[in-house]
Amino acid sequence: MPRTLVEKIWERHVVLREPGRPDLLYIDLHLVHEVTSPQAFEALRENGRRVRRPDLTVATMDHDVPTDPRPIQILDASARQQLEVLAQNCRDAGIRLYDLDSPEQGIVHVIGPELGLTQPGMTIVCGDSHTSTHGALGALAFGIGTSEVEHVLATQCLWQAPPKTLELRFDGALGFGVTAKDLILYTIGRIGTGGATGHVIEYTGPAIRALSMEQRMTVCNMSIEAGARAGLIAPDETTVAYLRGRRFAPSGAAFEQAAAGWLALASDAGARYDRSLVIDAAEVAPQVTWGTNPGMVTEVTGRVPDPASFADAGARRSAELALAYMGLKPGVAIEDIALDRVFIGSCTNARLEDLQAAAAVVRGRKVARGVRAMVVPGSQQVKAAAERLGLDRVFRDAGFEWRESGCSMCLGMNPDLLQPGERCASTSNRNFEGRQGAGGRTHLVSPAMAAAAAIAGHFVDVREWQA
Amino acid sequence: MKPFTTLTGVAAPLDRANVDTDQIIPKQFLKRIVRSGLRDGLFFDWRRDPAFVLNQPAYRQARILLARETFGCGSSREHAAWALKDFGILALIAPSFADIFYNNCFKNGMLPAALPAAQVDRLFAAAAAQPGLELTVDLAGQTIRGPAGEFRFEIDAYRKQCLLEGLDDIALTLQHAAAITAFEQARR
Ligand code: SF4
Repeated sequence: MPRTLVEKIWERHVVLREPGRPDLLYIDLHLVHEVTSPQAFEALRENGRRVRRPDLTVATMDHDVPTDPRPIQILDASARQQLEVLAQNCRDAGIRLYDLDSPEQGIVHVIGPELGLTQPGMTIVCGDSHTSTHGALGALAFGIGTSEVEHVLATQCLWQAPPKTLELRFDGALGFGVTAKDLILYTIGRIGTGGATGHVIEYTGPAIRALSMEQRMTVCNMSIEAGARAGLIAPDETTVAYLRGRRFAPSGAAFEQAAAGWLALASDAGARYDRSLVIDAAEVAPQVTWGTNPGMVTEVTGRVPDPASFADAGARRSAELALAYMGLKPGVAIEDIALDRVFIGSCTNARLEDLQAAAAVVRGRKVARGVRAMVVPGSQQVKAAAERLGLDRVFRDAGFEWRESGCSMCLGMNPDLLQPGERCASTSNRNFEGRQGAGGRTHLVSPAMAAAAAIAGHFVDVREWQA
Repeated sequence: MKPFTTLTGVAAPLDRANVDTDQIIPKQFLKRIVRSGLRDGLFFDWRRDPAFVLNQPAYRQARILLARETFGCGSSREHAAWALKDFGILALIAPSFADIFYNNCFKNGMLPAALPAAQVDRLFAAAAAQPGLELTVDLAGQTIRGPAGEFRFEIDAYRKQCLLEGLDDIALTLQHAAAITAFEQARR
């Protein structure tokens, strides 16, 4: 029987299957960070259990870390404690850790692919919802809670029921100036934040095939914002080319052998998905969110919607609450929304191509008066590569802050925060109330759109700028 | 883990859709290294409003949360489940839950029960008519009972059993250590 990519990966990882219960699924790679792991290690200790496969577990420091020049003195005592506890837990268990002294430290979902740890066909988990990012390389990767982190540490397995599958097929091609970020924001706007709940998304179609590996990561990253636990893309030549020469990817003859296996990993013709949806990529324009979830999104040339225009009472009320929080009036043109801050960063959009796209817009221009703009590379390697290309100078000359790698203002667990009422164009993934700082107002956009907004001081249609 | 069987208690109505885990427990409470003591962080920003449902005397002892669709969306932070439990909420009723949050509840002996939206509407109406309304959630019988009637919810049989028996699933998995080892060896 023809099978989907998800079914193929799943079947290869079933350790135990018994009627009346979920499958026991083997996990190939477990990524760990400081925020969701301390309670898991603590419980292991309390119960006298050990980490079964420290060699399949990799840790980094990202969520809490300040982005000031290193070496840093961490002033926040709880953040410092959390980082120290992670370091101790990794030492005790023999887990490899990319700490703040490491030239490979970075956001967990940036360094996994970058180091070649993430490979096609793998099962990957992390105590973090954006683990879906790794699906870009054809891995089945999903976020878990701390109790499951503990379970994986102890057993290298998880009890999981096979997920339902949703095929999102993108026909056609993205227009000029339209990016992977716009494509995924547009999709979430269409299917809603709960649109893929209970499903794993497989992204297919020519518009997906045409994306670079880093752009595919942006798409898969935000699968969770559509409610899916995972999103993936079948490996192809782009995937193989990306992995060649990466630190933890196989090398030499072993690489060629692995690559042949990766390329064979695809959904069979005629495989059945539980649901399918076709989207014309040519319909997608640059997107800007106006509300407090990523589904509240419209085109840059659009207007803030009138809550009264929503037929459903629940949606109307949600829109009213969102506009009140965002300090926006119905009917305002998106391009008339003025900004206080711009954040280019996060596991959605802080890889080298993202910074190149932003720098191309910024080059030779200046950040608008009254706007504070910062770039936070996704990893130390991204930062170093960008500096080799001179992008740091482009940003600095324009008036951007150029900072050290970490999650930073994506969730504001470090000192990078919005002040109450401040309005920010952000390349991150969540515009929830208070996400970037209590009372802060977040608009999600692509890196090029964020860069253009920093220069103009308000949103602009980057297609006109680049033309 | 404490088994979950039947729970009777006050149901607090939280009338908002897409309540995300950043609202349930904001980031500043994620810097803890223990699971306990998160009660004060629960809905921290919204609780600054004296009119917020959990601030009202009728709901300070709430054991059940009545919510709208896609409750618990966003981050995987299990702190959201821990904070609700620390407040005293052991069961949640909504038309739908986000996957990771849903899963995290079971790991903490909490029951998230999904009901059709029309039935949740009726429970909201009942709660509005009678603040401090009590409901009974019966896991074995898969029902929710109250003045608005009796509603049946669906739940995966395995999850139900784990909750009813308060099973430690790591201990359970470790009984299969031989199968895991065999799997690892076969893949070498
Ligand atoms: S960058 Fe943001 S979304 Fe990504 S892992 Fe860090 S906090 Fe989570």
